[in-house]
Amino acid sequence: MSVVKSIWALICGLQETLGYFLKTTVFGKPATLKYPEERWTPYPRFRGLHRLLRTEEGKEKCVACCLCAAVCPAQCITIETAENEHHEKYAQRYEIDGARCIFCGYCVEACPVGALLMTGEYELADFTRDKLIYTKERLLEE
Amino acid sequence: MDLITLAVMVVKIIVVFVAMLLTVAYLTWLERKVLGHMQIRYGPLRVGWHGLLQPIADGIKLFFKEDIVVDSANKVIYHLAPFIITVCAFASFAVIPFGGELTLFGHTIPLRIADVNIGILYIFALSSLSVYGITLAGWSSNNKYALMGGLRSSAQMISYELSIGLSIIGVLMLTGSLSIVEIVKAQKEGWFIITQPIGFIVFLICGIAECNRTPFDLPEAESELVAGFHVEYSSMKFALFFMAEYAHMIVVSALVTTLFLGGWYLPFFNIESITPSTLIGQIIVSLLPIGVFGAKVFFFLFFFIWLRATYPRLRYDQLMQFGWKVLFPLALFNVALTAILHIAQLI
Repeated sequence: MSVVKSIWALICGLQETLGYFLKTTVFGKPATLKYPEERWTPYPRFRGLHRLLRTEEGKEKCVACCLCAAVCPAQCITIETAENEHHEKYAQRYEIDGARCIFCGYCVEACPVGALLMTGEYELADFTRDKLIYTKERLLEE
Repeated sequence: MDLITLAVMVVKIIVVFVAMLLTVAYLTWLERKVLGHMQIRYGPLRVGWHGLLQPIADGIKLFFKEDIVVDSANKVIYHLAPFIITVCAFASFAVIPFGGELTLFGHTIPLRIADVNIGILYIFALSSLSVYGITLAGWSSNNKYALMGGLRSSAQMISYELSIGLSIIGVLMLTGSLSIVEIVKAQKEGWFIITQPIGFIVFLICGIAECNRTPFDLPEAESELVAGFHVEYSSMKFALFFMAEYAHMIVVSALVTTLFLGGWYLPFFNIESITPSTLIGQIIVSLLPIGVFGAKVFFFLFFFIWLRATYPRLRYDQLMQFGWKVLFPLALFNVALTAILHIAQLI
């Protein structure tokens, strides 16, 4: 009996692979994408590149509390605070080192004013390390 | 031998050789494509339409790669090994008939390169020789992985060559000839797969083992032996090993087709019974058997790739056990059974 059973198992294996072959040729498409032509759309909660948000009046939401920098496990956020003309604290320099960021999203969770967001941007490769440092201007874009 | 016969001979050799080389090249494409789709991905897609120029690109790449010769290698054998295996693989196809006869301008051209009356022995001799290529390559590289691959190959060959030899005895008994053409002609009424199912299965399994394909790819087992016997080879020498493996696949597929699946004959229908009046029609009809033969060979090539996508590699002891304790007795049983049934005139 065991012989019959194991031969049957071999046939089942062949069936499985042939099934996938037909599913990806005759009856459908492979699961992979033809990347540069076809791009994957990230899900709404996907954690891609960060973005600093502005209020409706165009003011930066960030209050430079440095909680994001404190919670960051990779310590990739650098903030230098200063005082503006209205005697409010603001981030003079706000940098995220894209090369060190692990995209955990803790910074977004920690932000008390909801100034930080993670977008669906995932094509972040570049040729130099300098270009991977996201300055405040770059993070505020769009 | 007059001049026309000689010219026809030369043309046939060139056509078969080029066709073989092209099939080998595109078999690599087919393998990558089929494996890709079985793993729910595309496979080669960029070089040419659906990656059709990929084999050519690969060939050019391999051709221009640096040919590294290991310092500690046994030079003569190291250089000789890839040629032994390639020559054996390609020369085996010389006796395989890929069609009946082609009548052209009053000349009858048999569609095979050589009709040797001991064709089957010739093929077995060459396939036994080709294992020398692997073993010598493994030994002369002076590398532990290569040596392991070579050793495994020879052990595997001893386990399988006996069964593969015994598995065709049934066919030879039914035909009464060692000529491959005679074997095919004996199957005009019924394929030997019907009268020799055990022989067919044993031959197919041993054939897979013979050309070192998964699940019997122990000589090159990439996950344990890096690349096995050809680990120290680069450039065109590596390409020769690669080509030999695929050429072996073609030869084994062609052999299974000729020995058990009636070669160029279709079941229940005799192509030779069509007699068109025009010359073009006659040529098409006489070339039709080649198409039938090609289709059968293609099925087995696909089957080989299919197996590779499905089964994991056997362990070394499992392989030995399977070879000696299952296939060998099965092949012997088949010989005895066929002999008894043949004498009782049941088949």
